[in-house]
Amino acid sequence: MFNKMTEINKIDENLYEIKKHGKMNVPIRIFSSEKILDMIKKDKTLEQAENMAKMPGVVSHVVVLPDAHQGYGACIGGVSAYDSENGVVSPGQCGYDINCGVRLLTTNISLVDFEFKRSAVLSEIYKNVPSGIGESGKIKLTDEQLDDVLNFGSKWAVENGFGISRDLQNTEDSGCIKTADASKVTPKAKARGRSQLGTLGAGNHFLEIQKVDEIFDKEIASAFGLKKDQIVILIHTGSRGLGHQTASDYIQKMERLYGFKNLPDRELACAPINSQLGKDYLAAMAAAANFAFANRQIITHKIRESFKKFFPKLKIELLYDVAHNIAKFEPFDINGKKTTLCVHRKGATRSFGPGRLELPEIYRKTGQPILIPGSMGTFSYVLVGTKKAEKISFASTAHGAGRVLSRTSAKANLSAEKLKAELKANDIEIKAGSIKGLLEEAPEAYKDVNEVVRVSHELGIGNLVARLKPLAVMKG
Amino acid sequence: MTEKTKFEFLPHTADIKFRAYGTTLNELFENIVLAISSIISKDQKISTKKGKMISVSGDDSESLLYNFIDELIYLFDAESFIPVKAKVTLMGFNLKAELFGDDAKNYKDLDSIKAATYSEMFIKKNKDIWTAQAVVDV
Repeated sequence: MFNKMTEINKIDENLYEIKKHGKMNVPIRIFSSEKILDMIKKDKTLEQAENMAKMPGVVSHVVVLPDAHQGYGACIGGVSAYDSENGVVSPGQCGYDINCGVRLLTTNISLVDFEFKRSAVLSEIYKNVPSGIGESGKIKLTDEQLDDVLNFGSKWAVENGFGISRDLQNTEDSGCIKTADASKVTPKAKARGRSQLGTLGAGNHFLEIQKVDEIFDKEIASAFGLKKDQIVILIHTGSRGLGHQTASDYIQKMERLYGFKNLPDRELACAPINSQLGKDYLAAMAAAANFAFANRQIITHKIRESFKKFFPKLKIELLYDVAHNIAKFEPFDINGKKTTLCVHRKGATRSFGPGRLELPEIYRKTGQPILIPGSMGTFSYVLVGTKKAEKISFASTAHGAGRVLSRTSAKANLSAEKLKAELKANDIEIKAGSIKGLLEEAPEAYKDVNEVVRVSHELGIGNLVARLKPLAVMKG
Repeated sequence: MTEKTKFEFLPHTADIKFRAYGTTLNELFENIVLAISSIISKDQKISTKKGKMISVSGDDSESLLYNFIDELIYLFDAESFIPVKAKVTLMGFNLKAELFGDDAKNYKDLDSIKAATYSEMFIKKNKDIWTAQAVVDV
């Protein structure tokens, strides 16, 4: 629970500030409606944001996004930027699931045709995309191949037959972060990841077949290749055990070398960006991120194969692939000076507006697509990046709905029968490993994603383009 | 000590928080295995026909606990081993554990733990009972 004595000042519509106080180096900006702020105040989100603001070398302000909730060390839905010379890099602020992210595929299947074959398609995907929990994935990798996956990401996947070269253009960093170095990933992390490539994982990870339910911005939607009633597919997963172990390993290495006694939270272990250990982590993080890109790319390939069985004339294009948990070097205007910052996004989506050279050419005029999955069985959204986000939120916006109910209370307070009936009433078909897992991820356990994206749109840090309604869901 | 007082889960918005109890530190770490096992197995009955020996060290009690949980997660992900119970021998910040459990391939509907965390972690003794608290990322 947040200390009620700390003042939260409203500075604009949907924008709040906690002034620098105590050991904080910068203030906190909370991008939220009053309704969401009331929920955010109930857990440790703001306490964790204050700890982020106490970190050495943090620049300008800490950003708390409308889907923020308590994490470990740093809050989820939190962004902090560090000076690239004097700042630190902190694995706990990039998230354990390095490059947990989302990709959206568009199809040329009509709604009627899909609905006719929905159950069969869903079963086929369920068969071909393993959850990877207690079972191995179907891809066996040698040591050299695993290193290639880590160094080359989606590029490796496409070169080995899991996709087409157009997929690479439409992935953040072209699906291959060049600074990756497989030799910086520990043998332990590699052992965890070896059998997990091409697997979905459990928890909040899912696959959803959706229809474009509403278009808010016709021009941008058309540039993104979206139209009403189109069938699209959303994939939400990350770097699996390999990424988690990479974060754990480097948190341990950093606290051994630099200690943690001076840090506000042990989980925020960090190293100077330009130190050998800092550089090693960034190279290992990039390798784990590449593993995640390759993972989503291989799952894309499996989905194409599964659909092709039922729709021979099928075309599935990758609209975009975004990372939610990652640190990146990006140039920003700080007090009128162009400065390269190491932006840590944990449960946050990059929101680049028009004109950024980092974007694929087709999105340079519009700004980047932002993909925001709702909770299981609720709407997901496509937004577009803005110049304003670059000015006020380190080019970041929300990444999802954000939990409000713990997994234990979700299981204790929600009923499986009611959830199933609700999904059925909303015409959503589901395939899942277990009913307990379903309950943990029930819509009631999350903030209202509609409210989250409304706030993003009103603030102009990510503008509404289209709403997607789920038709079929697969959970690990 | 009854099953219920060996460990318990506490509410946490995003992840899983648990407390384990023990009259000795060895028993405390043995009961931590029960908590981790309960998460992974989703409370299914798992056979104890396989055994495994592990050694874990830490720089202090928290890092020992962190590394211990980290090792259990590793065994599940990399070696497909579900721990069910353990016999732990602790010496300072080093421990040896004989784990009993089974191959994950023999079961369906399991859950995975992404990582151990230091979040809200503590080990302390109150009267005659040791308590450990940890949050794991799921």
